[in-house]
Amino acid sequence: MTVHTLIPPRPTPASGCGDDAVLRERGQREVFCGLTSIVWLHRKMQDAFFLVVGSRTCAHLIQSAAGVMIFAEPRFATAIMEERDLAGLTDANDELDRVVGRLIARRPDIRLLFLVGSCPSEVIKLDLHRAAQRLDRSFAPRVRVLNYSGSGIETTFTEGEDAALAALVPHMPAAPRDARPSLLVAGTLADVVEDQFRRLFADLGIADVGFLPAQRLADLPSVGPATRVLLAQPFLRDTAKALEERGASLLSAPLPVGAEGTTRWLQAAATAFHVPRERFQNVTAAGNARAEFAVRRHRAALAGRRVFLFPDSQIEIPVARFLARELGMEIVEVGTPYLHRTHMAAELDLLPAGTAISEGQDVERQLDRCRRAAPDLVVCGLGLANPLEAEGIATKWSIELIFTPIQGYEQAGDLAELFARPLARRQKLAV
Amino acid sequence: MQLTLWTYEGPPHVGAMRIATAMEGLHYVLHAPQGDTYADLLFTMIERRDRRPPVTYTTFQARDLGGDTAGLFQDACRAAYERFKPEAMIVGASCTAELIQDDPGGLATTLGLPIPVIALELPAYQKKENWGASETLYRLVRGLARPRAADHVRGPRPSCNILGPTALGFRHRDDLLEIRRLLETIGVTVNIVAPLGARPADIARLGEADFNVVLYPEIADAAARYLEKAFGQPAVRTVPIGVGATRDFIAEVARVAGIAPLTAEAGSRLPWYSRSVDSTYLTGKRVFVFGDGPHAVAAARVATTELAFELVGIGTYSREFAREVRAVAAAHGIEALITDDYLDVEEQIAALRPELILGTQMERHIAKRLGIPCAVISAPVHVQDFPARHSPQMGFEGANVLFDTWVHPLMMGLEEHLLHMFRDDFEFNDRSGSHLGKAPAPAASAVAALEPAPSVVPTTTRWDEGAERELRKIPFFVRGKARRNTERFALERGIATITLDTLYDAKAHFGR
Repeated sequence: MTVHTLIPPRPTPASGCGDDAVLRERGQREVFCGLTSIVWLHRKMQDAFFLVVGSRTCAHLIQSAAGVMIFAEPRFATAIMEERDLAGLTDANDELDRVVGRLIARRPDIRLLFLVGSCPSEVIKLDLHRAAQRLDRSFAPRVRVLNYSGSGIETTFTEGEDAALAALVPHMPAAPRDARPSLLVAGTLADVVEDQFRRLFADLGIADVGFLPAQRLADLPSVGPATRVLLAQPFLRDTAKALEERGASLLSAPLPVGAEGTTRWLQAAATAFHVPRERFQNVTAAGNARAEFAVRRHRAALAGRRVFLFPDSQIEIPVARFLARELGMEIVEVGTPYLHRTHMAAELDLLPAGTAISEGQDVERQLDRCRRAAPDLVVCGLGLANPLEAEGIATKWSIELIFTPIQGYEQAGDLAELFARPLARRQKLAV
Repeated sequence: MQLTLWTYEGPPHVGAMRIATAMEGLHYVLHAPQGDTYADLLFTMIERRDRRPPVTYTTFQARDLGGDTAGLFQDACRAAYERFKPEAMIVGASCTAELIQDDPGGLATTLGLPIPVIALELPAYQKKENWGASETLYRLVRGLARPRAADHVRGPRPSCNILGPTALGFRHRDDLLEIRRLLETIGVTVNIVAPLGARPADIARLGEADFNVVLYPEIADAAARYLEKAFGQPAVRTVPIGVGATRDFIAEVARVAGIAPLTAEAGSRLPWYSRSVDSTYLTGKRVFVFGDGPHAVAAARVATTELAFELVGIGTYSREFAREVRAVAAAHGIEALITDDYLDVEEQIAALRPELILGTQMERHIAKRLGIPCAVISAPVHVQDFPARHSPQMGFEGANVLFDTWVHPLMMGLEEHLLHMFRDDFEFNDRSGSHLGKAPAPAASAVAALEPAPSVVPTTTRWDEGAERELRKIPFFVRGKARRNTERFALERGIATITLDTLYDAKAHFGR
C-alpha cells in the first residue's frame, strides 16, 4: 500500500480542460426528461408525493423508467389531461383540485405535494404555480403544496431534481442572524452515503451540517448568510442560484466521486471551516486509503482503455475525471447535456488537457464519431446500449451512475467496478 | 383529468413505433419534445432489440417554441431521409407536438421527398397504444397496398396474408412461427406477413393474397376491414388461442380458402393432459381473467372448456373490446370489469379471492401481493415475455404452453399443501420449507384478505383444538372458505364452540 497523501500526487496539467473549445451540438437528444428524477426523489423524500400534470406519455415514461418500483405503493402519479381538459370544456383548475383532493384523502401520510409540470402542461400554459398556492392554502397546515417543472422542453433528466430542490429552497427556514457558519450539502445522495458523510463531517468537527433534500419536510435544513454550500451533484444550477439568493455561499470543489474527488470535496469544507490540516488528514486517511485500494483492484483491467461517454445526467465530467486520473483510462469524448462552467470549474481543471468535451447532442453524429473512434467502452443510455453491443462495442449503462450509490470513499471501488464489469463479462463469455 | 398511478397502455405514438420497428425500410419522423426518446428503450431493453427503432425525434426544447418548430421538423425529415434512405416514411406528432399544431403531414409533403410519406393523426388525449398501432397499420395499408394485377395468375394453393404481429407484441414472434407452420400444413401459402418483417413494397403486394388472417384484431382489424372493402379480400377472424379455437380457425381458413379442413393436431397434448386423472383436481378452480380484449376472451374459453375451471371474474383494459368481453361475462353469469385502473382490478381480485389469476404483468404483481397463483396471458409486455425458448400462445403448441403455464402455479400449490399436511412429521417441519422458499410474505392488508382471521366475520363462536387442527389439514387455498362457512353455519345455529362435528356438519351442509 502506498503512503497516504492528502491529495493524490498525480500531476495536474497546467491548464486542465478549462479553456478548451467545447463541441456544442443541437440535434436529436437521446436523453430522459426531468420527470425521470421523480424515480429517486420520491425514495429520498419519504413524506413527499409527486403529481405530474401531463399526458399518458408522461405516465408511461415514469413507469418505464421506474421499472418494478411501480409495483410498490408509489408516491408518484400522473394526472392525465384529456381532450375535454384541453378543449376548455372543464376548468383544468377544478379538475386538478378534484384529483388532488382525492389523492390527499387517500394518502394521509403525505406532508409535501409537488405539482410537477410537464411538456403539455407548459405548452398550454397551465399555471401550476398559482394552482399550488391555492391548494397550499386549502390544505395548510397539514400538507404543503409546491410546484416545479420537469418538462422535457425545459429540463433534461437530472435537471428535474434541480427544479424540485430549487422549489424547496424558499421554504427552508431562515438561519438566525447571528448563526455560526453551517454546512449545507445539496443534491440527493443515497442514505448510506449521506450517513458516511455525516460521520466524516462530525469527525472533522463541522457540527452544523444539513442535507438538501431532507428525508422529511419537517427536517428541511435552515439557510442564511452563514451557510456554506457543498454540491454533491453536478446538476444543481437553479438550486445553487436560489441558495445564493438566500445569502448562502458556494464552495468550489470537484464532486465526491472517487478517492481523489471525495478528498478534495471534503477538503473544500475543511478549509471553509478552518479544520486543522492534521485533523483533516487523520479523519480522511483511512477512507482515502480504502478507496484507493478498492479502485486499484480494477486499474489493471481499465488502464489504457479508451472510453466514450454519451451525455445523460451531467455526472459525465466528474466520472471522466475519475476514469482518467484514478483508473488511467483514455477519454475519447465526454458528452454532457449541459455544461455549467462555474460548477464544473474544479472538475475541468483536473481533466487531462485536451479532453474532447461535447455539450448537447446530435445523437446520429455522435454515434458516427463513436463508431469511428472504436472505443473499448461506451457509457450511454439504455436506448443505445444494446444496439451498440450488437455492433460489438462494450457498454456501461449511464443510468447506474445515478441509481446506485457512487459518491464517497466507500463507494469508489463500486464505481470502478461498474466500468470493469462489462469488460470482464466479455472476457468470460465464450458464446 | 384522470389520476393514474400506472397505465396498461402507452400513448398512441408508441403504437405507431411498434409498427415502424416491426418493419424494414420504413422510417418514422416524430415531432416530439426532448425526453420522448425514452420509448426507444422499450424496444432495446424489454425486447432486447439489436437495433434502435427507426425513429427520428425532433426533440424540441422550450427555446425552439418561440422560433421555427416547423422548420425543425422539416430539417429532421430531410436529415432522416438522407441518412436512412427509407423506402417510405410515416410522420406524426406526440402529445406535446399535437398541441403546437405544426401539421407534420403537410410539412413533410411539401418537402417533395422521392418516397411515399404517410401522415398519421393520432389524437394523444383520446386514444392509446393499441389504437395507435391499429391506425398506423391501417394508414400504411391504405396508402401503399395495391389491388391484385389484372393478369395475376393464381398459384396452385390458396394464399393469405397474416396481419397483426408487431414489435413489442406479446408472444407475436412465436405465435407467427406457429400459425405460419399451421397454415402451410393445411395447404395455404403465406403471401405477406405484416407488419412484422414487412417492407413497404410488401405492403403494396397485400392485394395479391386470396384472404387475410387477422391474428391480432386489436392491431389488424381496421386494416383487414379496409382490404375487405377495397379489394374484396375476406378475413379470417378466429383468434387461434386454445385447442378449440385453433380447430375453429382451421375450419374457418378452410371455408374461406375453399379447401378441405385437415386435422393438424400432431403434438397437441392439452386434450389428453386435461383428461388425465391427475388433472381432476383442476375441476372448478376459481379463475379471474384480465388482459387485452382478444386475449381475455380467448383465455376465458380455454380456462372453462379446456381446463374445466370456473370463471369468477373477467375484465379488460381495452375499451374497444368491451362488448366482446361483456358477452363472455354474461355467458358465465358474471359482470365484466372494463377499466384501465389497476386499483379497480386489485380490488375486485381481493373481493373475489380466485384460486388462479390469468392476467398481465400488473396482475402478476397483484397476485404476488395477495399470495394467489398467477400466469401472464397478455400485454403490456415485460422482459419475461420474450423468453429465449419458443413459447407461443397460439396454435396447438400454444395450447400446450397454456396448459403448462396455467397449471404449474397450481401444482406448486398442491405440493405446498402436502407439505402443510405433513408438517408435523419430523422430516416436514416448517424449517425445511418447500422448494419455493419461504411462504409468500404478502402485504398486511392482503394477509387479512386471504388468511381470514376469525375477526373478519363478527362472531361469538370459537374453535376447539381438534377442529382447529382438522381445519389446518384442509388445503390452504380452500381453508379460508371452509373457515368462513363453518363459522357462518355455527353462528346461524347458535353454536358457541366449533368442534370436529360442527366442521363436518357444515361441510355436508355447504356440500362442496
